[in-house]
Amino acid sequence: MSFFEIFGYGFIQRALIAGTLIGLLCALLGIFLVLRRFSLIGDGLAHFTFGSVALVLLCGVSANWVTYAAIPLVLVGALGILKLTSSARIHGDTAIGIVSALGIALGVILASLSGGYNVDLFSYLFGNILIITRNDVLLTAALAVVVVSVVVLRGRAFFAVAFDEDLARTSGINTGRANVILVLLTALTVVLAMKLVGIMLVSALLILPPVAALQLGRGFLPTILLAAACGILSVLSGILASFALNLPTGGTIIVASFLLFVVAALVGRFRGRR
Amino acid sequence: MPMTLLQAEHLHIAYDGSEILRDISFRVASGDYLGIVGPNGSGKSSLIRAMLGLIPVTSGEIRLFGQPLPHFRDWSKIGYLPQRLNFANPHFPATVEEIVRLGCIGQHGPKGRLSVAETAQVEEIMSRMGISEQRRQLIGHLSGGQQQRALLARALVGRPALLLLDEPTTALDPETREDFYAIISELNRELGTAIILITHDTWNIGQYAKRFVYLDKAVVFDGTFAEFCSSAEMTSFFGEHSNKTIYHRHGEHC
Repeated sequence: MSFFEIFGYGFIQRALIAGTLIGLLCALLGIFLVLRRFSLIGDGLAHFTFGSVALVLLCGVSANWVTYAAIPLVLVGALGILKLTSSARIHGDTAIGIVSALGIALGVILASLSGGYNVDLFSYLFGNILIITRNDVLLTAALAVVVVSVVVLRGRAFFAVAFDEDLARTSGINTGRANVILVLLTALTVVLAMKLVGIMLVSALLILPPVAALQLGRGFLPTILLAAACGILSVLSGILASFALNLPTGGTIIVASFLLFVVAALVGRFRGRR
Repeated sequence: MPMTLLQAEHLHIAYDGSEILRDISFRVASGDYLGIVGPNGSGKSSLIRAMLGLIPVTSGEIRLFGQPLPHFRDWSKIGYLPQRLNFANPHFPATVEEIVRLGCIGQHGPKGRLSVAETAQVEEIMSRMGISEQRRQLIGHLSGGQQQRALLARALVGRPALLLLDEPTTALDPETREDFYAIISELNRELGTAIILITHDTWNIGQYAKRFVYLDKAVVFDGTFAEFCSSAEMTSFFGEHSNKTIYHRHGEHC
């Protein structure tokens, strides 16, 4: 079978379409998370998603419905993380660390109760493009429309909040609502990305393409577009390389995005910017 | 009669039972230039942040442009320059022009393109602040003085009636500091912009501000700088060698 014949397979087509959209989503949201210093929230959400998926699997939900059943749980967890990080008595990083650890701990306990780590749970932990369904692609496309619309319509508000939250508030921006929107959209993205790169690796996809773009971007719009390009390129090259080299897709995507970051950092340094 | 832009009545602020400010009352009218000084920990920044709704007050009332603070919505009337920004990343991907344009959000909202008039305002204020040539540079790549000019331009681009400045000259060299005060005075004199400026720079603010407030958890003095220098409050507060004390505590003397 030649390399190009793989594009004839349905699962590769679904993976490439969903992957392009996930790469775009992670980059668009990740740039605001990184600039807001909320990068760890992606990690916290991913770990909470692990617990949620383990619970859903324990409840006997069929494989086709795991993603949808986990969504409401992760959204609630996202609001909990945001509430904790905005608490004056607990530092943001500490709060995320607590939720991350709790998510993993619950996941381990629930996985044990359901008879140990089965194939299903491993697919969600490390990604498995074979289980991406047509409905997953449609849901990801719908989320991409929402996120792109939000960035187009409210991007300047998110940008202002990322620059300085107090200044944004005194410009009349509802910063609390902006944070809720950002974290909920990120939670949805994390759930939808878990089949592609896996729960353990999804936070890297939220961080690496935006950080690569920040090495080169000059101006807000160019940086966002660059981040989107890096996100999409990472995912597509990762999927294709994993197929060509017979490697796990999730890990290959993250390695691809890391290599892209290294190249961006070198180019940025060469141009006199670190 | 000048319009009252900001009114604070019997403000009390406390955190965890520790008193930050007690019984603060004052008004600021259009055209006022109010300088607020006080030692470290006297509650100056807390006062300005409370007036903007950034921290809660324990009791008392704040009114902005006649409206209670929780109901105030017209933020385009207010410009704010904080003591320090939360952004510490020198590679924050915003150019000087983008930061100045953010100042239009109060009047324009976050959606869409700026109008022709707003774009003209952005050009005018960048020119006035002398940062037009740096417009394409990243904000984090500017010197402290240029950054401050850019942030002041952001605060002024919406043509606010009230400008609140929290220790804006801390990071500036003496020459840039003088220049900064001259710009603020010009805005107050020519456009009638009311100014509230918090500083440790007692001498300069004494030269420029029309009203002088000495704060130390409560309002110790409210009057002109000349009155302050000869006031019983200053002598009783600083002791008999008050001029010398101000010199040591704030670097200058009356």
